Amino acid sequence: MNAAVIPIQLETGCTDTEVLRERGQREVFCGLTGIIWLHRKIQDAFFLVVGSRTCAHLIQSAAGVMIFAEPRFATAIIDERDLAGLADANEELDKVVSRLLQRRPDIKLLFLVGSCPSEVIKLDLSRAAQRLSQQHGAVRVLNYSGSGIETTFTQGEDACLAALVPQLAEATDDTPSLLIVGALADVVEDQFRRLLGAMGITRVDFLPARRAGSMPAVGPHTRMLLAQPFLAETARLLEARGAQRVAAPFPLGVEGSAAWLLAAADAMGVPQALALQAMAPARQRAEAALAVHRRQLAGKRIFFFPDSQLELPLARFLAREMGMQLTEVGTPYLHRQHLAQELAWLPAGTVLSEGQDVERQLDRCRAADPDLIVCGLGLANPLEAEGYTTKWSIELVFSPIQGFEQAADLAGLFSRPLHRRQLLAA
Amino acid sequence: MQLTLWTYEGPPHVGAMRVATGMRDLHYVLHAPQGDTYADLLFTMIERKSTRPPVSYTSFQARDLGSDTAQLFKDAVRNAFERFQPQAMLVGASCTAELIQDDPGGLAQALALPIPVVALELPSYQKKENWGASETFYQLVRNLVPKTRVAREERVAGGAAPRCNILGPTALGFRHRDDLKEIRGLLAQIGVEVNVVAPLGASPHDLTRLGEADFNVVLYPETGQLAAGWLQRTLGQPHTRTVPIGVQATRAFIAEVAGLAGIDPQEAAARVDATASHSPWYAGSVDANYLTGKRVFVFGDATHAIAAARVASQELGLQVVGLGTYSREFARDLREAAALYGVEPLICDDYLDVEAAIATAAPELVLGTQMERHIAKRLGLPCAVISAPVHVQDFPARYAPQMGFEGANVIFDTWVQPLMMGLEEHLLGMFKGDFEFHEDAAPSHLTRNNPAPAPAASADPVPFADPVANTAPVASAAAPMPAPGAEPIVVARWAPDAERELGKIPFFVRGKARRNTERYALDQGVATITIETLYDAKAHFSR
Repeated sequence: MNAAVIPIQLETGCTDTEVLRERGQREVFCGLTGIIWLHRKIQDAFFLVVGSRTCAHLIQSAAGVMIFAEPRFATAIIDERDLAGLADANEELDKVVSRLLQRRPDIKLLFLVGSCPSEVIKLDLSRAAQRLSQQHGAVRVLNYSGSGIETTFTQGEDACLAALVPQLAEATDDTPSLLIVGALADVVEDQFRRLLGAMGITRVDFLPARRAGSMPAVGPHTRMLLAQPFLAETARLLEARGAQRVAAPFPLGVEGSAAWLLAAADAMGVPQALALQAMAPARQRAEAALAVHRRQLAGKRIFFFPDSQLELPLARFLAREMGMQLTEVGTPYLHRQHLAQELAWLPAGTVLSEGQDVERQLDRCRAADPDLIVCGLGLANPLEAEGYTTKWSIELVFSPIQGFEQAADLAGLFSRPLHRRQLLAA
Repeated sequence: MQLTLWTYEGPPHVGAMRVATGMRDLHYVLHAPQGDTYADLLFTMIERKSTRPPVSYTSFQARDLGSDTAQLFKDAVRNAFERFQPQAMLVGASCTAELIQDDPGGLAQALALPIPVVALELPSYQKKENWGASETFYQLVRNLVPKTRVAREERVAGGAAPRCNILGPTALGFRHRDDLKEIRGLLAQIGVEVNVVAPLGASPHDLTRLGEADFNVVLYPETGQLAAGWLQRTLGQPHTRTVPIGVQATRAFIAEVAGLAGIDPQEAAARVDATASHSPWYAGSVDANYLTGKRVFVFGDATHAIAAARVASQELGLQVVGLGTYSREFARDLREAAALYGVEPLICDDYLDVEAAIATAAPELVLGTQMERHIAKRLGLPCAVISAPVHVQDFPARYAPQMGFEGANVIFDTWVQPLMMGLEEHLLGMFKGDFEFHEDAAPSHLTRNNPAPAPAASADPVPFADPVANTAPVASAAAPMPAPGAEPIVVARWAPDAERELGKIPFFVRGKARRNTERYALDQGVATITIETLYDAKAHFSR
């Protein structure tokens, strides 16, 4: 179906591959980090972390220069007076929220985001959210946990969207509608909407919506298509409300995007021929754009440290469409059901690991001696200094990478560091 | 609870990491949940270190909570010892582990490792980063330095050169790398040997030799003073009090070091090569005349803020109109300094309050941290960075000390450049109608998106508002939070032609002109500000 795909033992894949499960030091972000892209997505939401100075410092560090734009997030820093007694902490929280909402009358949705300290002292943020919702009628107050003890990086988005699910309206009519779940860059969202529209699918909603007031409805006629691989809890809660998950690989690369859109078309009763025709121009464009990167990437060996749960779909794209060789593909969590198609598509023999003991994984990485290492910013420069070429992984979460038009940008994220190394060595 | 958007300092364990990462052959095991490894990237990205910080984390998760976490911690300590073979270890808890109350010190002791293990008690809910660094260095010194020393008289009588330690530089310190090089050079010229520099570059073994010096040079009181105080009390080593930032402070520092080293101060001054000290002549040259009396607002850690105010006032002839610090530990020193300039000291770690103070002071130059750089950008003011916290561009590849004579040169260039650019921007604004200066030609060291700030359209009622919005920054930030119960101040309306006239005033004094005019209008009970009112006010305030 796609001549550009390099066929690698498609018949077996990694469906039954044993996964190396490790436990030890984890060099990963906590779920609070999700705030940094979620607040850009939901334009009238504010994210208030209830945590320590460490939490505030983390968000500040991870947000980099974005902190300068006075974004819609902040931290209510717990101090020793709050630790003395819980009732006091609740009063303090109410004061902070009142002050905040007074300053930001434009806010319609406030998330109280739990952290490790607030979870450990068992500050009941769900009760606080209920109480504050009543006090501030015009503002809906929800809560979720982005703590490191419970969530890894992108799981913060899962927890946030899961908090939205009970709030979604009940879909009343019985016409099937498509619900695309997972925060996507606006430009990507618009592209998907156009492509689906060209297939005749107009009843498309996205979760999260861009504004708190326009969150989609959900019901038994909702067909749920996951745009991100890290949405276990959100999907579970949507299914509990009757939504039916459409199984698909994730829309990374040409192949993944096509299969994802075809799955949507199939679920919405669109004939395959029509769907293929609707996506043909974008697909051809993307295939042509990938060629230049394939020359750079084909045959190169790549190693993934765990970070976002995007690792498996990314590895699948790089292996099948770019001809890269996979050494180890690490992921913080592996949801076998949601990733079933990805596992089937991965080349057989790929080493998969879940969880992390970073020192041991670094030993394996050095032994594998890959051409390119995908890792976090804490490891990237030290590995570069050891002579390895790295691609820092957080950019893969912040950049628009899904869909046809972004396929070459995605490949470019991996080819650029290799190209740069060549340039500097010359 | 405190509502926080920005923090000037991280938690105290980040301070401990700054000490550990600055040193060699030392490993820090931090009892911390998954996610706290974010702090690694401060070192690998902002400081661009080529190695990972020597810090291991237990990365405990929710399912581990219970008795399991103590075992996790012990395993982490043992593994780190076996893998890294350090000369000594630090153990401690981050904010969350502090709540679960495993005892890192006791647990590590139970392992009976064959190296010194120093337990850190860093109260995360009271203290902050600089305190953490200071306390960590102090604990290392207290635990590792033998309490006996070679009597100084014997050594110097035997013909040995006077010898000092340099205390205070750490990883992630603002210009610590180059300050150290500059001060090492100065000391060498004076004829003083450097025994140990710590924490930066020192191993635990090096710390055991601290007692072999005659005195200590404290470069950064925020991180080094506590340890220096202990060394003074315990070993009788005196230490320097002068921080050599600025030409005058550098000269005072040379005299102080000479005193401690037993060298004649004049002889020491004569030994120092000051031919590369250009800033006094630059400040004296006629081109610098326009700096006279320029209003400057200074904020940063106490050491850099106090030094910057002195340089601004005494070496550049600027007028200090605001002075503040986020270092509560050094509030007293800052209050004393503020008294010298007759300004209200600002001891505060809430950047919104700093922003309000800057807007009220209406300075023409802001010297501060990266937060003040952003505030200045919003207010359309020139700004230079003098203190941590700083972003990656303030860990430059080039030699860029703040201390010593070269430091004074760097300071002159760094501070004056935005002002020069300010004049340039004003000229461009004046000649905007000129065929060579179309609108897109606006320069901008200040900001690309926000060329010469437009005159105020309306006061922005929401201080959190998007700074990209094209509202008058000065007006919006001047009234951040109406004090509860306070009467709103009724400001006179500007007639359109008066508003236009105000726009012709150079932007760097426009804020002050606006404020003065509005105050005048308020005093005079004028409801609408006309061109007449504008010039009446100008005449009134120039008296």
